[in-house]
Amino acid sequence: MIELGKHTKSRRDILDKVERISEVDVFACYQCGRCSGDCPSISLMDIMPNQAIRLLQLGEVEAVLSSKTIWVCASCFTCTSRCPKGIDIARVLEALRQVCLRKNIDQLDLNNIPEEERERYPTIAWVSALRKLSG
Amino acid sequence: MSSGKPRTIAYYPGCTLKTTGKAFEQSAFAIAKVLNIQMREIERWNCCGTVFSLTTDDTMHHIATVRNMIRVEEMGESEVLTLCSMCYNTLKRANEFIASDPVRLSELNDFMYKEELKYSGKVKVRHLLELLRDDLGWEQIRSKVTKPLSGLRVASYYGCALVRPEGAGVDNLEDPSVMEDLVRALGAEPVNWPSRLECCGSYQTLANKDLVLERTEHIVSSARESGADLIILSCPLCEFNIGTRQVEVAERSYGFKGLPVLYFTQLMGFAFGLEAKELGIEDEATIKLITEMGAA
Ligand code: SF4
Ligand code: SF4
Repeated sequence: MIELGKHTKSRRDILDKVERISEVDVFACYQCGRCSGDCPSISLMDIMPNQAIRLLQLGEVEAVLSSKTIWVCASCFTCTSRCPKGIDIARVLEALRQVCLRKNIDQLDLNNIPEEERERYPTIAWVSALRKLSG
Repeated sequence: MSSGKPRTIAYYPGCTLKTTGKAFEQSAFAIAKVLNIQMREIERWNCCGTVFSLTTDDTMHHIATVRNMIRVEEMGESEVLTLCSMCYNTLKRANEFIASDPVRLSELNDFMYKEELKYSGKVKVRHLLELLRDDLGWEQIRSKVTKPLSGLRVASYYGCALVRPEGAGVDNLEDPSVMEDLVRALGAEPVNWPSRLECCGSYQTLANKDLVLERTEHIVSSARESGADLIILSCPLCEFNIGTRQVEVAERSYGFKGLPVLYFTQLMGFAFGLEAKELGIEDEATIKLITEMGAA
């Protein structure tokens, strides 16, 4: 058996939570990389979607929770649609965001958006960004 | 046939079609009139939330959808029409998520005890493109064309919410054809191009504008290189990102050449012989481009 050895109790708890929120089994992933190949947000990611899944398998939950990756995802479902193992990666990323957001850690600082920009944004952009990036 | 009893359907506009996406709604009503479809706007509708919540442990995130479904049933209707791809995706998926599980459905109904009607779970969410293809058929669309857009090369942009994920879209998720078929029915020429299913960056337009500018440059250039004269789409967020934001792309990328971006309903309006004004189109260059085609 592979010695993972990194699934401490608190890490196991977070993994369980991610699994419960997403109902996705990350252990089905066999690291083909397809999900990362077609991701539109890849240029802003510090770890690629397939790496995020691998880190979760290894129990390295902190590395994924503190990544930029989960926040620059655009929820486009390309990865989800193309994974040969049927893994809903977009759902896993949403669960990871929720683990953070449910602790009231907001990721969207409206002060960073220049005034003249704010006025021209469509309603749909505000609502979707706030729902995805704030608690 | 435009004579006789109109085809009526409950209509859910969503917030953006009342603000920056007004032209989408306006042009949809204009073409619906030609096609003898009566869109009846739901009373007291509320924002759908724009993105389907992907959590499975939190029913509350779907309450906005269910309230809208109750409004539809109050009208005595069993179907609801959307124009915006994101509303369509959110309403359809949330509706199925709730309606497929009697426990979730009754939980939400209990929570909304002040509503006079309990939601049955039976409303069907439909997109205008589905209605055109499945209920009317391309022949009927073709019969209303008075100015065939012959020679106009149109790139259909699907993006995400209209086709993904499996089961949530209006068409095959990797090889849709509904917009290309529509383009053909209008007498124009559909362009085969590689980026029609790629994401524009969506809500990252707020948090990571540069990502969207990069996506827009890539998507619009791809359409151009494939020979398109213009792009059509079905989402007011995509329209902002790959339409409005082209000005910013041009400022930072030397040599970038843009393309007009229209809602598919606006293109239909032109082919039906309606005026640009009725379709909410102001850009002179776009009007000139299309009218020259129609006249040819
Ligand atoms: S596409 Fe699926 S199987 Fe392949 S690396 Fe991504 S998650 Fe794993
Ligand atoms: S859903 Fe997120 S991670 Fe998946 S392809 Fe789209 S942007 Fe990338």
